[in-house]
Amino acid sequence: MNGRKTFGGGGGGGGRGRAAGAAGQQGKDGQQRRPMFRRRKVCKFCSDKIDDINYKDAKLLMPFVPERAKILPRRISGTCALHQRKLRTAIMRARQLALIPYTSE
Amino acid sequence: MERRYELVYVVSPDASDEQVAELHTQVEGIIQRLGGRLEKTESWGRRKLAYEIGRHKEGIYVLDVIIGSGELMKEIDRRLKVIAELVIRHLVVRVDEEQAVVERTKSRRTASTRRRRVARGLPPDRQPGEGQREADDDRDDRFDMGGEEMR
Repeated sequence: MNGRKTFGGGGGGGGRGRAAGAAGQQGKDGQQRRPMFRRRKVCKFCSDKIDDINYKDAKLLMPFVPERAKILPRRISGTCALHQRKLRTAIMRARQLALIPYTSE
Repeated sequence: MERRYELVYVVSPDASDEQVAELHTQVEGIIQRLGGRLEKTESWGRRKLAYEIGRHKEGIYVLDVIIGSGELMKEIDRRLKVIAELVIRHLVVRVDEEQAVVERTKSRRTASTRRRRVARGLPPDRQPGEGQREADDDRDDRFDMGGEEMR
């Protein structure tokens, strides 16, 4: 019993499950990691401590505008609200200067 | 009112070097006339455009950091709009407030790490060879990984 507790322990650990987001939906397999383990997303800008999201840095912005050149939503990239907002302005400015496409093809 | 602005303009790829230089002196002239000052100018050279503008596929990018009034920037904006066949795109952004915020968060962060390090009985600054690798040399490569995961 003790050994299990370290991993959040069965149904009882509801609070913890909610904190981990995706983990809450897979209640049955809470005790063991499955091969389809979904890793918790973190904001890239927070973790890398990038304060300045600059429109001139196209290399920084490109991963957030995949193929169709739409801005990658927060639910997928895991960017926090503050940084998503800054990212949006930066992308829109970069688009104006043709550093980043508005749309592909 | 002194404010810091960034002006980026894209010159048509057909323009000669002299034309680009002349444009630069023109901008400088307006700045001087209206009591501003050119802090820095940076030429990014010829770059491929992300999309076609008119018939152009590439452009010559120039960045100017200007300290001056809003009136000055309005004038520059107006002048650049007029010569649309030479300057195919331009953007004016006010940056002073943003930069102040960035600086503040940065200094706050270093202050707090220093405090924490001292509380742990370490010297306030990171010693060479301590801990993991430096963060910024592998930034690009970490990024690529991130991009693939997101898809």
